[in-house]
Amino acid sequence: MTFDPILLARIQFAFTISFHIIFPAFTIGLAGYLACVEALYLKTKNQTYKEIYKFWVKIFSIIFGMGVVSGVVLSYQIGTNWAGFSAKTGNILGPLFGFEVLTAFFLEASFLGIMLFGWNKVSPKMHFASTVIVAIGTLISAFWIIAANSWMHTPQGFIIQDGIFYPTNWIDIIFNPSFIYRFCHMVLATYLTCAFVVCGVSAWLLYHKKSVEHAKVMFKMALFFIAIFIPLQIFVGDLHGINTLHHQPAKIAAIEAIWETQKGAPLTLFGIPDEASETTKYAIEIPRLASLVLTHEIDGEIAGLKSFPVDERPPVLPLFFLFRLMVAIGFAMLATGVMGVFLNFKQKLFTSIWFQKWCMIMTPSGFIALLSGWFVTEIGRQPYLVYGLLRTRDAASNIASGQVLFSLISFVVVYLIIFGAATFYILRLIAKGVHTN
Amino acid sequence: MYVFLDGFDLGVGILFPYAPTHQCRSKMMNSVVPFWDGNETWLVLGGGGLFAAFPLAFSIIMPAFYIPIIAMLLGLIFRGVAFEFRFKTESKKEQAIWDFSFHIGSVIATFSQGIMLGAFIQGIEVEDGTFVGNSFDCINSFSLMTGLALIFGYSLLGSTWLIMKTDRRTAEWSRRVASSLVALVAISIILVSCWTPFLNDRIYDKWFSGSNIFYLAPIPFAAFLTICFLVRSLIKKREKQPFILTILLFALCYLGLVISLFPFVVPYQISFEQGAAVSTSLSLLLVGISLILPIILCYTAYSYYVFRGKSSHGKMY
Repeated sequence: MTFDPILLARIQFAFTISFHIIFPAFTIGLAGYLACVEALYLKTKNQTYKEIYKFWVKIFSIIFGMGVVSGVVLSYQIGTNWAGFSAKTGNILGPLFGFEVLTAFFLEASFLGIMLFGWNKVSPKMHFASTVIVAIGTLISAFWIIAANSWMHTPQGFIIQDGIFYPTNWIDIIFNPSFIYRFCHMVLATYLTCAFVVCGVSAWLLYHKKSVEHAKVMFKMALFFIAIFIPLQIFVGDLHGINTLHHQPAKIAAIEAIWETQKGAPLTLFGIPDEASETTKYAIEIPRLASLVLTHEIDGEIAGLKSFPVDERPPVLPLFFLFRLMVAIGFAMLATGVMGVFLNFKQKLFTSIWFQKWCMIMTPSGFIALLSGWFVTEIGRQPYLVYGLLRTRDAASNIASGQVLFSLISFVVVYLIIFGAATFYILRLIAKGVHTN
Repeated sequence: MYVFLDGFDLGVGILFPYAPTHQCRSKMMNSVVPFWDGNETWLVLGGGGLFAAFPLAFSIIMPAFYIPIIAMLLGLIFRGVAFEFRFKTESKKEQAIWDFSFHIGSVIATFSQGIMLGAFIQGIEVEDGTFVGNSFDCINSFSLMTGLALIFGYSLLGSTWLIMKTDRRTAEWSRRVASSLVALVAISIILVSCWTPFLNDRIYDKWFSGSNIFYLAPIPFAAFLTICFLVRSLIKKREKQPFILTILLFALCYLGLVISLFPFVVPYQISFEQGAAVSTSLSLLLVGISLILPIILCYTAYSYYVFRGKSSHGKMY
């Protein structure tokens, strides 16, 4: 039985990158949170903050380490399994990755050592500086990788000769049309993902009456952050959608399962899109809402899937459902923030048991929303690797399917072992509560 | 840079289970734990840099070395997480799992790198700018030998690092290990150096034809001297010299390699001019590197300074 080597390569990349993104999704936000907590400690000299810092930094180091090793895999995989992609886009994407390593990775890695182990070796100010530098490093890293990824979606600043991409304007390449929306949306997503983990963990501690003083502080910090930044994230998401409609209309048509080009398109809340018949069965629609959301005009026009040739359309079913999952979680997050503010106002924030249970359930919400969103945008770019210019199936390496199957199975097995172990250790650390001297 | 830095922490991992006591092992790990992440980043820069500066070469070399690269990545995963997980364990048995992970990951990563080195020297089959050979081409007696040689080499780097960073029992043990390893490394260097010119006529001509013999002879001679000084520094129980001399030895071997392989970035068909990125990309990279690399070296040196001195065996945090 032979598998299509390109399909295997795609599965392998999808698997390894999905795994990888979970870790920075948490550590970008957590690094920022640790910087805040340490700042509060230095300002107020309240030991509670230092203890909160030491609680989370142990978890941070595990997740950061996983991010590093899974990231190394990706950087080499672009070469091993996507040789066509490397050769053709290397002139443009190579420097972007190179700068990510030069300006972000080294920074994070070097100062992480001081952050984790240097408490007694450097002054408190230097230690704080190290935490801040690591937090900035993670943001710089996000900058470069989003620049590279968004260029693949909305390429500009280049010419093509003999199938090879050549850069003509680096500012255009980096600050391409979708860059700013993707960057803001992702950074906010990582900070919110972290906020929900902190919120959920502190809810758990409150519920089990462990480290109550610390849990109260963390719970309140997380919820205030959520309350302020979720509405902002929804707003950024809306702008991102409008930008995507402009540059990748086939993707939007697939996400919304809009088959016919129309003005005043309805929003399909739920249904089963059927590509064979080019209709959506059992659709529950809200009239005109899709146009309103995506063009900010009741009668805005949205291109339908039928206006694109079949080999230019991304798969509809996964996009339709995953997008709805992401948005549903987004609104659940909004509800959480609103409820948190309301309960705080009523002085019931730490006593409402049902809310603690709700927050515990919401702990992984950021990860699920983030992964769904990434699946939507990356699957939505198909059949292209570089939108409109280089198809995924034309960019793979010439490797026998046996090799790819071997590496795919190896990665799945190893990642599951490692991820399992990490989860075990993190849960054990959380269960111990915050250590006080 | 990658070899100098990650070389010693992989070396520590290779030597790990041979240390006399549990305390020694903790000291060994503590001597590298603040640095491993930064050290491994040089590997990412190596891969990323190859992609950026020589995309054609990157797209040929990576698939050609598919199997050892995957093995190396898996090895590095096990090595990397071992650092994190070992500190979180609560029983000796649990710790033993991650000790093993640290060791086996280091061995696999090193061996894979050595195989890639040997296969690289042997050359890669290229047609029309793509790799056309077989995935198993890179695994043969020469590359298996270079794999083993690199294990000895990194172990030597690791043991001389430990002489600097540990004391008493661990340091004494490291010194004994280093002494044995010098012999193994010397034999490996001689073996590789003698075998290589016979792999490819070009290399043979480069080293042995006419006056080249005289111009290039200083390099093996310098390597020989370095080995002598290294042995002497071990006998005289110097602390920093062994590590520095080992680095020098690696540098000389590297120089010999570059001379043998010049001007190819994909031996023996793609020269580095052919494999390079377009000049607009290269100049951007050059500007970036010349500004940023010195800064990186500064704060890397700073972090080594912060963690200077002998490592302890206690919990680090």
